[in-house]
Amino acid sequence: MFYREAGDFNTTYAEDQQTFPIKFDRYRYYLVLFIAIVVVPFTVNDYWVNSIFMPFLIYAIAAIGLNILVGYCGQVSLGTGGFMAVGAYACYKLMTAFPEVSMFIHVLLAGGITAMVGVLFGLPSLRIKGFYLAVATLAAQFFLVWLFNRFPWFYNYSASGQISAPERDTFGITITGPNTEAWAAYAFCLVFTIFSAYVARNLTRGSVGRKWMAIRDMDIAAEIIGVNPLRAKLTAFAVSSFFIGISGALFFSIYLGAVEVGEAFGIQKSFLVLFMIIIGGLGSIFGSFAGAAFLVLLPVALKVVGVDILGWPTDIVAHLQLVIVGLLIIVFLIAEPHGIAQLWRVAKERLRLWPFPH
Amino acid sequence: MPEQLAYTIEVFLNGLMAGVLYALVALGFVLIYKASGIFNYAQGVMALFAAMTLVGIQNGQVPFAHLINAIFGTDVHGFGWSVHSFVAILLTVVVMIGLAWAVQRFVFRHLVGQEPIILFMATIGLAYFLEGVADLMWGSELKSLDVCAAQGVCLPQGMNSWIDETTFNLFGYGFFIDNLDIVASIVAAILVIGLVMFAQYTKQGRAMRAVADDHQAALSVGVSLNFIWILVWSLAGFVALVAGIMWGAKSGVQFSLSLIALKALPVLMLGGFTSIPGAIVGGLIIGVGEKLFEFLIGAPFLGGATENWFAYMLALLFLVFRPQGLFGERIIERV
Amino acid sequence: MKDQADSYVTEDGRTIGPVVMEMKNITLRFGGVEAIKDISFDIREGEIRAIIGPNGAGKSSMLNVISGFYVPQEGEVWYKGARRPSMKPFEVAQQGIARTFQNIALFEGMSVLDNVMTGRLTHMKTGIFSQALWKGAAEREEIANREVAERIIDFLEIQAIRKTPVSRLPYGLKKRVELARALAAEPSLLLLDEPMAGMNVEEKEDMSRFILDVNDEFGTTIALIEHDMGVVMDLSDRVVVMDYGKKIGDGTPQEVRNNKEVIDAYLGVAHE
Repeated sequence: MFYREAGDFNTTYAEDQQTFPIKFDRYRYYLVLFIAIVVVPFTVNDYWVNSIFMPFLIYAIAAIGLNILVGYCGQVSLGTGGFMAVGAYACYKLMTAFPEVSMFIHVLLAGGITAMVGVLFGLPSLRIKGFYLAVATLAAQFFLVWLFNRFPWFYNYSASGQISAPERDTFGITITGPNTEAWAAYAFCLVFTIFSAYVARNLTRGSVGRKWMAIRDMDIAAEIIGVNPLRAKLTAFAVSSFFIGISGALFFSIYLGAVEVGEAFGIQKSFLVLFMIIIGGLGSIFGSFAGAAFLVLLPVALKVVGVDILGWPTDIVAHLQLVIVGLLIIVFLIAEPHGIAQLWRVAKERLRLWPFPH
Repeated sequence: MPEQLAYTIEVFLNGLMAGVLYALVALGFVLIYKASGIFNYAQGVMALFAAMTLVGIQNGQVPFAHLINAIFGTDVHGFGWSVHSFVAILLTVVVMIGLAWAVQRFVFRHLVGQEPIILFMATIGLAYFLEGVADLMWGSELKSLDVCAAQGVCLPQGMNSWIDETTFNLFGYGFFIDNLDIVASIVAAILVIGLVMFAQYTKQGRAMRAVADDHQAALSVGVSLNFIWILVWSLAGFVALVAGIMWGAKSGVQFSLSLIALKALPVLMLGGFTSIPGAIVGGLIIGVGEKLFEFLIGAPFLGGATENWFAYMLALLFLVFRPQGLFGERIIERV
Repeated sequence: MKDQADSYVTEDGRTIGPVVMEMKNITLRFGGVEAIKDISFDIREGEIRAIIGPNGAGKSSMLNVISGFYVPQEGEVWYKGARRPSMKPFEVAQQGIARTFQNIALFEGMSVLDNVMTGRLTHMKTGIFSQALWKGAAEREEIANREVAERIIDFLEIQAIRKTPVSRLPYGLKKRVELARALAAEPSLLLLDEPMAGMNVEEKEDMSRFILDVNDEFGTTIALIEHDMGVVMDLSDRVVVMDYGKKIGDGTPQEVRNNKEVIDAYLGVAHE
């Protein structure tokens, strides 16, 4: 009834391959952008920004990054936490070394540095496949966390071994440190999230994305039709790590403010982001957002229900959360390996025909 | 004997002992992988779950006591009895078999024919689920685990003074070797031999190998896949229990116990996922390698704690040059 | 025997050009097994060249050698007048050699259109940064290549399924999509690995027609492997016959049909 493509013709290839070929989708997407950019910053308070919006935006970037590697290129990585740590520490070193440079530059550079580290750890992917590679990426995870823990140069010899973000601004607005306004932090993260989604969408619809997917679906055939497997995999590692690095930098500098590497970027973080893309949908940008939203909201919802309403002890709720997340992973893998994004797609197909299904 | 050499040998021996335990956990992986192609990330959590169940049964804890108390406002904790170790171990084995059945029935039966990587991610989900359940059932606090055959005859702890004295008299340097490690090595060796015998000489063992070779062919000669899969998950559960007991007796039963699985992964990469001898040799190499590296290079030059990643780096470098692992055969790719 | 550099005109009026690819004394071993034993033959520009032989004769291995997937232990591959150095398969593809596979090797997670577009990858050159921006060079290149892909899609009559995920297609259509993907590369040499395996008579006729049309319309040189003698004899200009890794016959279909060794291999030898 409402969701129609009839009378909505694409007459050029450019129109046919745009992101939202159906008009209704396009308008809804503009509406979401409008709310995110214009409405939210002026209406939210600290609680909403800190417990929901910021983690959502930041994890969405990490999920997009990991989805490029796992969902599009088919290379499973369990090193996300380690790569986020690279982004965070790179950002920290840049912030303290060049205090007058804009945070935008720092965060982007942190992403670039992470991309290089990602390429380094992606090199074995030419020889190692499947879960051999998944296990091999754990090497990156453990090694990087150890590195940042053991070499004081990385945390500027601070006594606690932590890194904490000094006050920095961009365009004269403070965005790190204790004096940051909620809306400023939100807006800063939002810019990067939109940027990441835009770039990821462009890369995945063009020839680069096709190379990744070809490698994912059948690497031998891909090589025989002319895809250089090493280069395709390494670009996937680079782009993926670039986004993950940005997300790590934001996670540290904007969201947490102070970080202990083992705690913030341990292997649990790798799994969390992996779960986001499984639940959200492998090989889907929208799925990365859906998964991030779901796993950011779940603990908040459980806490509200379990602790605040039912009055249960927090540790029981935490354990319940493990059970629920584990169950969800299994249920999604069994019932819908393409995650929430696929559920959404199916719902839209139904809606297109509703209320006259024939 | 020069002091440095004596130290090195001691580190080497301790590495061997640790390696035996890694091999034991890796064995659980190999069993499941061979029979079903599932790379079971949850193996470590299964060890944790088994050890917690054992302690809980021994101490007569009421399962889910915390949850029940929270929901109903009651105040139950224990049944007020304690159970003998043998009985408790038997009961735990029953629980692990039940778990094997449930895992097969509710998870992997629905995932037959999926890609290995999907199965792998499902076991990560299973690991989370089991960890949560274990915590809810028995509480997440650190527990000590004592397994006693009879009053006063428990798993030994501490340094073996006989070895210490003998080696001191022989070489002028007393070797420090943990009693528990010795027991663990012996138990692990027995278990490995037992499993190999089982696989080689029993009807079920043959069926298991047949399934590992070719599912379809095994089905066609009348092997029940379902039964074999429950069997291997049960065996893996049993191996997990043994590993859980050994590790739990050493450093207590708590979450970190499940991390031994992470140590077993590089062992598998080194030894190959399908090879039992590979798991053993790989375990020993990693155990010795990481201890020696830490002792000779890590602690003096790199600030220590290199055990966290050494095994992975070793396995990674190794795989780059020999992707099929130590005992794997070279794969000829075809289109 | 015609000279390598010569062209000639066939009975049905098509011009066959000089030799584009020549295999010289190729030997391929797997461990102790010799899959190909000292085989030489050539492929001329514009012709349809068939390699036939019973199961296990080494036909697929031969095709894999041409496409660079297997590296022979002995022998030389000459392509467009120069000896081809040892190459990775993707470099071979970039030289203009495309192929299909015996067991369909499509990218199952992608749509038909995307699969055909992957065939264009060797023609798409914009870098990752301009792709990230999309507007400008990347979009222009995408549209230009989309036009080529759509021409192929029209040619093979698969317009209706262009946005269908490949995994939902029936076998015969998958074979056709795979041909489309190979054609999208606009190859100078097209290798077809049993293009008609597992098809019924009607589908075989369709596929034969497409193969002839491709050769006719685009002038593409085609080397194909086939089991079905009848089809091969009708389609091809020249035939290589292999048996147990050895070449036992080479020539026009008529010559091959009368070759005693070939008859023996296919019909069995009468032992006296």
